[in-house]
Amino acid sequence: MELKLPPLAETGETLTGAEIAIRCLSEEGVEFVFGYPGGAVLFIYDALSKQKKVKHILVRHEQGALHAADGYARATGRPGVALVTSGPGVTNAVTGIATAYMDSIPMVVITGQVPTRAIGEDAFQECDTVGITRPCVKHNFLVKDVNELAVTIKKAFHIATTGRPGPVLVDIPKDVSQQTARFHYPDKVHLRSYSPVMKGHGGQIKKAMQLLLDAKRPMIYVGGGAVLGEASHEVTELVRLLDFPCTNTLMGLGSIPASDKRFVGMLGMHGTVEANMAMQNCDVLLAVGARFDDRVIGNPAHFAAGNPTRKIVHIDVDPSSISKRVRVDVPIVGHVKDVLTELIALVKAGKDKPDAAALAAWWAQIATWRAKDCLKYDRASPIIKPQFVIEKLWEVTRGDAYVTSDVGQHQMWAAQFYRFEKPRRWINSGGLGTMGVGLPYAMGVKLAFPDADVACVTGEASIQMCIQELSTCKQYHLPVKLVNLNNRYMGMVRQWQEFFHGNRYSESYMDALPDFVKLAEAYGHVGIKVEKPGDVEGALREAFALKDRLVFLDIITDQTENVFPMVPGGKGMSEMILAEDL
Amino acid sequence: MRHILSILVENEAGALSRVAGLFSARGYNIESLTVAPTEDATMSRMTIVTTGSDEIVEQITKQLNKLVDVVKVVDLSEGRHIERELMLVKVRAAGKDREEMKRTADIFRGRIIDVTDKSYTIELTGTTDKLDAFLEALDKGAILETVRTGVSGIGRGEWVLKA
Repeated sequence: MELKLPPLAETGETLTGAEIAIRCLSEEGVEFVFGYPGGAVLFIYDALSKQKKVKHILVRHEQGALHAADGYARATGRPGVALVTSGPGVTNAVTGIATAYMDSIPMVVITGQVPTRAIGEDAFQECDTVGITRPCVKHNFLVKDVNELAVTIKKAFHIATTGRPGPVLVDIPKDVSQQTARFHYPDKVHLRSYSPVMKGHGGQIKKAMQLLLDAKRPMIYVGGGAVLGEASHEVTELVRLLDFPCTNTLMGLGSIPASDKRFVGMLGMHGTVEANMAMQNCDVLLAVGARFDDRVIGNPAHFAAGNPTRKIVHIDVDPSSISKRVRVDVPIVGHVKDVLTELIALVKAGKDKPDAAALAAWWAQIATWRAKDCLKYDRASPIIKPQFVIEKLWEVTRGDAYVTSDVGQHQMWAAQFYRFEKPRRWINSGGLGTMGVGLPYAMGVKLAFPDADVACVTGEASIQMCIQELSTCKQYHLPVKLVNLNNRYMGMVRQWQEFFHGNRYSESYMDALPDFVKLAEAYGHVGIKVEKPGDVEGALREAFALKDRLVFLDIITDQTENVFPMVPGGKGMSEMILAEDL
Repeated sequence: MRHILSILVENEAGALSRVAGLFSARGYNIESLTVAPTEDATMSRMTIVTTGSDEIVEQITKQLNKLVDVVKVVDLSEGRHIERELMLVKVRAAGKDREEMKRTADIFRGRIIDVTDKSYTIELTGTTDKLDAFLEALDKGAILETVRTGVSGIGRGEWVLKA
């Protein structure tokens, strides 16, 4: 006979490991868990079904769960949570984990594991989860004692969301999820080996201020760290206070409103002439939450040798991002928002002002680069130009949509032509460059912001990598709008083959494509095919007017269009190919 | 340049593979790696000998510090320090070579710790250089087996590496 015990205080309940895991999520205020059940997580799914606070979103493939959780995190700033089973559940999730890791996205991934006694015996659906994911997580844990579960999950959230964020994985063997322990969720955890520096060094910030005020040709270069660190307000304030030019990386778009006249566009491999030339020719560069990666500055030797007197100030929460590819003169380790706040206060308090005459000459120089109009394309084309579609998307959504993308040419056009006014509106895989993220990202965003317009700009190659999630969208009524720039090629592969491989389009043509309209309909959604430039705007308006339906816009675009400007791999960032050069 | 990194890590399963994995994933060199518990049972101490330019070693140090299990990293080669390595060598020691082998071991302050009719096992402690020199002093054909621990290092003076 079961003993009836008097109710215990919340901190003293005896719960199973599975119940503890779910209670921890609930204590963390987690709204959604994206996941897929399986043998090793059955107890956790059972516990999930017995409560209402944490909602589960059943995807159609574990990769979709990870991307959706990641998209949710990118749009909200809160950690995304995913739950998958052992073995293939985990290996399917790895792409999603690595994608989040490369872009420093806070996530907590809970994975089932075979029972502790079976670990190492090549059990059914066993894999070395902690080993496989170790290089693509910020940290991971294997929980062997149910008494350690709650504190471990607390640590996971703490590590995922502090310092430079990232995914943290907690592997829970099936027997641990079944065993019981007294539940206590700690308010905070202390890890002696983990204490990210938040406050920047005062002396360094002063040095940075002096360099900026003495600059003749200043430039402010802002990356994804400013978005992750919620510093876009400070970035914008500093840029306006100093009247300096500002560029954003692919990951930093929206950290300053694109409509600000000081914004010179995105920089990098497909950056604008004005952004890349100003980067290359400035005398003082302020880098904020950016990492000088190969797609941004191209060849680091060219970047340094082309302008050896350039002084660089670099603010980043991660010391290992500083002086990794490019030597920095004034490193400032700290939370970008706090450091920028101090920097702004110093500039305001001081008497010195930027050199107005030098700045005017610099802006005049930038104007000559701007006059190149490097993003121009044939607006009169009788074939739909992909850039035109993005411009119309911006108009129809008044520049206020959440835009997710997949990876390739369409991603670059979306980045160049959808002029983001706010941070966290542009959701894409910048670091790992994972095709297939767009649709699950849109799902995560739409769940977070059900009343917002959510568009997924994709291509006919990328969309097929996670197309199964159309079914998830049906189940949870996620009326996102898919803008499929269908050029029947893996466009970016084709572009590289055209430029660098003698027009040999090896395996980059998409043959035997499905009828996307019928496919959308088969999943219970609306499909619209668009073949003429004159129909683009109407189709977009129709799609966004269908508030409660997912609409798949299959837009047949110019097969030969290329993304310009382009810095070929290994070249310096001022060595751009422009459309007019060809 | 050669650097000796001393690392305090949490005594957790997987800490060693996190460190070793970092080196292989980022293409850094490991010349030797030793690890063992410390006076504090919750921590292990690793000594890694690596080579690379100052920029690379700076990156290695930063990347190591980023690992959640790493409590502290110090580049011993930046200051005064002592390094030691232990080597066990089994050598052929028969006939006329037997006496010569013992003399060579004595010169290097080696100790013979196991003996058979035909072989000696010699224990030798010192810097990597000294161990190399000893091996070079021997006739190549006389060496039957070599086991080296890799370098352990400690700072000179009263300074200690603590959590």
